[in-house]
This record gives sequence, structure tokens and C-alpha cells, in this order.
Amino acid sequence: MSETLVAPDVLARVLNESMGRGADFAEVFVEDRAAQSASLDQRRIQELSSSRSRGAGVRVVVGETTGFAHTADLSESGLLAAARAAAAVARGGGGGVAEVALETLREHPSRAEVPPASVAKSAKIELMMRADEVARSRADAISQVQVGMSDSTRRFVVANSEGVFAADDQVRTRFAVSCVAVGDGGMQTGYRPLAATRGFEFLTPDAIEDAARGAADQALTKLSARPAPSGDLPVVLAGGSGGILFHEACGHGLEADAIMKQASVYAGKVGQRVASELVTLVDDGTMTGEWGYLAVDDEGRPGARNVLIENGVLTDYMWDYLRARKEGRASSGNGRRQSYQYLPMVRMTNTYLLAGDADADEIVAQIPRGVYVAQLGGGQVNTATGDFVFGATAAFLIENGRITTPLRDCNLIGNGPEVLKRVDAVATDFSTTPGTCGKDGQQVAVGCGQATMRLSGITIGGTSS
Amino acid sequence: MSELLDLARALLERATGAEEMEVFLARGVENEVRAYQGEVEDLSSSSSAEIGIRILVDGPQGARVGTAYAGSLDEGAVAEALANARDNARFATEDEFVAFARPDGVAAVAMDLVDPGVAATSMDEKVAMAIELERLVRGGDPRIRQVKGADYSDYLSEAAIVTTTGIAAGLERSGAYVSVEAIASAGDEDQTGWGLSVGRAPGELSLESAAADAIRRATRMLGAVKPPSAKGVAVFDPRTAATLWSIMGSALSGDAVVRGRSFFAGRLTETVASELVTLIDDPTDPRHFAASPFDAEGLASRRNELITRGRLDRFVYDTVSARRAGTASTGNAVRGGVSGSPTAGCRALQLVPGDYDQDEILRHVGQGVFVESITGVHSGVNPISGDFSVGITGLMIRDGVLAEPIREVTIASTLQRMLLDVVYVGRDLEWLPGLAAGQTLAVDGVTLSGS
Repeated sequence: MSETLVAPDVLARVLNESMGRGADFAEVFVEDRAAQSASLDQRRIQELSSSRSRGAGVRVVVGETTGFAHTADLSESGLLAAARAAAAVARGGGGGVAEVALETLREHPSRAEVPPASVAKSAKIELMMRADEVARSRADAISQVQVGMSDSTRRFVVANSEGVFAADDQVRTRFAVSCVAVGDGGMQTGYRPLAATRGFEFLTPDAIEDAARGAADQALTKLSARPAPSGDLPVVLAGGSGGILFHEACGHGLEADAIMKQASVYAGKVGQRVASELVTLVDDGTMTGEWGYLAVDDEGRPGARNVLIENGVLTDYMWDYLRARKEGRASSGNGRRQSYQYLPMVRMTNTYLLAGDADADEIVAQIPRGVYVAQLGGGQVNTATGDFVFGATAAFLIENGRITTPLRDCNLIGNGPEVLKRVDAVATDFSTTPGTCGKDGQQVAVGCGQATMRLSGITIGGTSS
Repeated sequence: MSELLDLARALLERATGAEEMEVFLARGVENEVRAYQGEVEDLSSSSSAEIGIRILVDGPQGARVGTAYAGSLDEGAVAEALANARDNARFATEDEFVAFARPDGVAAVAMDLVDPGVAATSMDEKVAMAIELERLVRGGDPRIRQVKGADYSDYLSEAAIVTTTGIAAGLERSGAYVSVEAIASAGDEDQTGWGLSVGRAPGELSLESAAADAIRRATRMLGAVKPPSAKGVAVFDPRTAATLWSIMGSALSGDAVVRGRSFFAGRLTETVASELVTLIDDPTDPRHFAASPFDAEGLASRRNELITRGRLDRFVYDTVSARRAGTASTGNAVRGGVSGSPTAGCRALQLVPGDYDQDEILRHVGQGVFVESITGVHSGVNPISGDFSVGITGLMIRDGVLAEPIREVTIASTLQRMLLDVVYVGRDLEWLPGLAAGQTLAVDGVTLSGS
């Protein structure tokens, strides 16, 4: 399968050419990505779209410098030209002769049971129409329903001057429903994504109808929403999307590129207490089927389960090849890139908080006044200061231990190391949620997860006192 | 240039008599350098070529469109994309409003958007700029502890959009950019600041101003505190004001309006903003970095006044949203790259400058909060409901001047109220990358949420 991308002897010659001017390391990454997407809006299938990108990225490392070039020309001459362009950083290098010997190819066929290409376009459309119908049937106040669907099959082979030779076949499928509801007080929105590193097998009628109902009901509920409070309050984050908190509060700050540049509040803190002892945080590329799952990362390193924080103590960072090499250690399987047109860097896979032993209802019942966040909608962090925000797209007041009035959308803001210490209850109801993580202009699929969890206090960015 | 246009035209000959076809070709070269600790950390130099094809077929209830993209102009890739676009068109729902753009008689403004400096400057000189930028920041203030990266990047690109309905638009542009993120420290505390300079060629860039901006922003945040919650005036600096106008722009999209997904829907001719607000979308203004003679459907760009002294005058339209709304395109088709389909969007926003410079505005405001950076725009701002809640860093305004720095706070209001609550507009218009220019802007009625 992967041999059809580029023959092994060609890859070896490209690596030899890359190393020829006296480089320390060279890598060629060849990718073939086919994707399909479709959208439904105002009860109409707007458009189906197909895309295909094939190409290779070559990187050459000389001392502290990385040279990079990419090409869509997968012929030997095209690849050699990219190799020479990337190797231009090795000016004045030795010009020695390199002989790269590749390992036996490690292949990882997709585990998709129903590959997207095997599903008729008409069947995909049926699923979207069904979601539209279910969402609209919830209430007349649902004024708009949008359904988006996309699938991608990303095959790649990566080979480097140390002999690494691996291939992966990543199939990802995504389905999302967005609704607008209209009421006396204006418009409100609801959103539910379904996404997995799987084929169409997980898009069952039940799952799709559930997403459609969820998106519609969220918009309808928010029609009676009041402005969110401002100031510090206890907050309970529901399982699943609440994991975005950890992605922002510490995930990015535990990426070794930020650590090595002393641009993270977590630099130099391995072995130290950085969170409440209820916090055990794991980044796990091996969670089969999850949105951030990978058999090997984009540098050919097997995906791994890495414990980052154990019972509140910082145990390790996340590493890619280059950062790990500088520290004389192995990569943790976190080297990822958006496509062959980008350099890999340290990225999360599926990042989650291990479940605790508290009861989810009890966690809420103990709060006299606070906020219950049922869905988070993304966030952003400054790793150097640790300050981060995350958005609540479905939230409620907690009054006298009960979940009451719905609240309008708002951001919450905190400082990573401070917030991690305020985790004072973690429940048993673990679940995960898919997301798209952006860093330095590159987007990759990541998963987040957690059980229902409580913070003793965090700042809510609303308008009411 | 005309070579790419010719190539695109030649591809149109593959359309059958029963279909309309649009071909969007783009080609470009890009260079990127990142300097770190006096050396090159990353250097990349790349070229790319892309094609987007749309096929439109008419039926009894309207037209159907199918789309495909390939990251290569090789014959195999183009043939596959064409076959896919054709197949995809079979599955869309027929829609009476769906159509490709047709020439509308508006002539494109001639614009020279290519500066030969990008091609004429050697890679060594570009590398030297990134290294010098880092040096200026590291050496510019003893409190600067680290520079995360000092980046230089540039591009030269060309594009062609042609259709069987008579559109033929060709475009070339160049750009160069430096940016730097500085970390200032005092004791255990770190603060960051970001500086940039943008131009059409390396010669237009000012390393000194990018460095000074990063240093000033990082160092003046040292000692930042979390202030108590309050309600009052927020003064946005030009950069954060530009972010605000970009958000407002998304609600002025005729597509969002006609689909009932904008809080501006149904409010044409009403007063939606303070009379200080005159908002213009003008991609024909060559000073704007988003300037371009054509929109993403190949229609001529034009100047559109959207809000005049607070009165909502116009939405922006592409061909399809205009047909849905019973009007004509305003030359505002935008797309997310070659693979995206056109939709309606603002392209080059600018607010007509006011009478005051920043110091005067601070003096008039007296007490409030000065906003220097915004986070969480994608998570806390909803252009459909109008809810607005973002994290900020900045400084308190006390007695008409900037006072202590603040962090870990949010500001919140609604987009609807903020427009009405604009109390001062600066004359310090700054041209920025992205779709909006910005100037100092004071908005009342904003809730600051802190300790």
C-alpha cells in the first residue's frame, strides 16, 4: 500500500542527498490525503466537496538549525530537488558521503470498519437529512439547522536518516449539527460534534439523532438564558468537553518546545507539586478510535500513553524528535504536523484527567451558589504566563445545590498553576470530546476527556453582578 | 501572470455543453525564517500550486454545484478533481438562487500589489533580518529574559479565476512580515509582548518598531494585578479594535443575514451604532493589506459603506447570497483558500478616523480599562446572539493616564450594545494584517470581571 507512495530505494536516495552536505539528521515525509465534505443548510444539500493533496516534506537538521522544503512532485527528481533545498542550510558542511539504511517498513493499516470511500454519497446525505429533520422537530422556534460532515483518509510514510521507516493510514470522520433558535430575546445557538478516528461505523442513526436533539435543545434552552455572572465562583465542569480546561490550563505548557525555551510556567517543575492531588493527567495517542488517536506520530514514533501529572505531581513533558534529541532522550510520540507542507512540532493527542471517585450529582449538591458548565467551546492560553480562557457554550447557575437558570455564552479566565490547585472533586462519569487544536498556524485533531469535576473558584466573564 | 490565466482558460474548454465551470488556480512561493539565540532555528522555502474546480448544472428547480480541489496542477490531479466535482454536483439540492458570478460591468481598479523587493532580496538578507530582530529585542531592555522566536516570512503569489459565464480575473501579490514575541521577567513573574511589522516587501518592514512594540508591551505588563470587577469604559488599542471590527464584519455578511444568522438581520436603515461609527469595507484602498482588485469570484472590488454615522446602510454580498436577498453582489465573495467555496464576507474594513489621538481619548475617558490584547475570541464571542466575553490584558486608566497593568480579567457586553456605546474614535488609524484596520476606540458600558 504505502510502497505506492514512493519506493523505499528512492526514499533512501533522497535521505542520502539530504545528508550529503554534512547534516546531522534528515527526514522525508510523504503524504496522500483524500477528503470529502458535505454541508446541509436551510434543508438543502448545499454542496459536496472533494479534495486530494499529495506531496512530501523534507527536513534537514544541522546543529541547531532545521532546513525544510516541500513539494507536490513525488518523482525522484522532485524529491531530490526538495532535499537539496532543505539541505541548503548545511552550507559549508563537510560534504561527506551518507549511506542511510532503512529499517523494515512498519505499516499500520486503518482499523476503519466502514471506510468512507465505501459509503455512497447518497447514504451520507441521508444521514444529514435525518439530523435536520430530528433537530427541526424539536420545536418551531428552531429557525436554522446546519449539518456538516467530513471524512479524510490520510496515508503517509516517513523515513529518516536513523533508519526509521513507518507508515500510517488514518481515517477520520466528523459529523456536526448547529442550530439557531429564535425567541423574544433574540437568537441563540446550539452545537454538537461527533468525531472519531474511525470510518462511518460510529455514525449510527441513534448517535446522529442524539446529536441533532442535543444541538436543538441547547439552543432552545438558551432562549431563556440570563447574562452570566461576573467575578469568582465555584464551577462544576461536566464530563467530556470540560477536558478542554486541562488542554489549556496545562497541556500546552507541558509541550517540550515551550519548556526548552523557558516559555512555560511549568519549566523546571518536574517532580514538584503543580496541582491538587486529585489531578492525574495523561496524554494518550493509543486510545483507539478517539479523535486524537494515532498508530505512529508524524515522525514515525509509535503513539504512546504518557502520564504528565500524577496525583498532583508533575512527572513529564510531551516530546517530539528534535526536542527529545537535545535532551538525550526518546520522543514521547507527540511529533505531529498538519500536512506535508509543515514542520512537525510537539502536539497533544488525547489529553485527559483520570476519573475520581466522587458522585457527579453530589459535587453539584454541595454548592450554595456557583456555575455548572455543560459544554465548553474552546479556549486559548499564554504558556509563558499561564493565563488561559475557555468558553462556556452551555452553562447554568447552581443555586442551593441545584442546577437552575441557563446562562448566556461567556469565557472563564484563570491561571493554569492556580486553577489546577483548585480542583476539589472529580467524579466517576468519564467521557471524551473531539476538538481541533491550533498552534503556530497548524491545526491537528485532538481529544479531551474528563469526568464531572469541580473548581473551588474561577473567574466568570459575564456581565451581571 | 497571463500564463496562469491562459492555463485556467484552457481548462474551461473541458466543460460540457450541459454544465457551467469555474476554475480557480493559485501558485506561490514562500520563505520563512525563525531566529533563536542568534542563529537560524528553522528555514523553509517552498512553492505550491493548487486548483479548485466548481461544476454547476441547471435543473428544473434551480442549479446544483459540486466542488473539488487538488494540491497539484498535474494532469492526473486535475482530471481527478474535475471528475469529482462533476460527480459531487449530482448530489446537491437544486436551488434557484445558486449561480456563478457573471461580469457586472464594474471595472476593476488597477493596483500594483507586487513589490519586486521580495524576489530581489537574497535569502541571506532575509535571514539577517530575523537575527537582527531577535538581537534588537534581547538587547533592547534588561528585563527581556527570552525571545520565543523572531520570525521573517514573505510570499509571492498569483491566482486566476475564470468561468464559462465570462469571468476572467488574474491577480498577483507579494507580502513580507516580521513578528517577534518577547518575554520580560521580574523576579518570578513573566509577561509577554508581541510586535510585528508588515509590508509588501522586506524593504518596507521596520525591525526597530516591531522590536520596540514587543519590548514595550512585555515590560509594561510587569507587576500586573487582577483588579476588582467593575463596569465602565474600555479603551481598545488599534490592534484589539481591529479584532473587534473583524467580529462585527462577520455579522454584516449578507449570507449570515439572509440565513437569519446575524443580529443585524432586518435592521437596515436603523440606528445600530453611535453616530461616531462610519464603517467602510474598501478593498480598493491600496493602503489596506487586504487590498485586491477582485473578489474571490472574480468580480471587481468596490467601496461599500456599511454603517454611516451609526445608521446601518448595507450588507455585503457574493453572487448567491445577493440572489437570495434579491439584490446584486457587492464584490464581497470570500473563500477559505482555493479549496473553499465562495460566501459573502467583509474584506478590508476601516472605520472613518475620529478627532482624537490616543492620549486625548485617555484624558477624556478619565477612568477605565485600556485593552492591549484579547484572548478567547473564538470561544467567547457569538456573532449570532451578539454575546461578547473575552480575556484581556492591558492597563487601568486613572485620572486620564495609563496606570497599573492588569491580567487574568475578562471584559463582557454584547456586540449590539458595544456599537451603540462607542464614545470616542481615534485618528490614529493603523494598517494591520487581517481584514480590518484599527484605531483607538473607547466603548462604554463594558463589564470588567476580576477579583
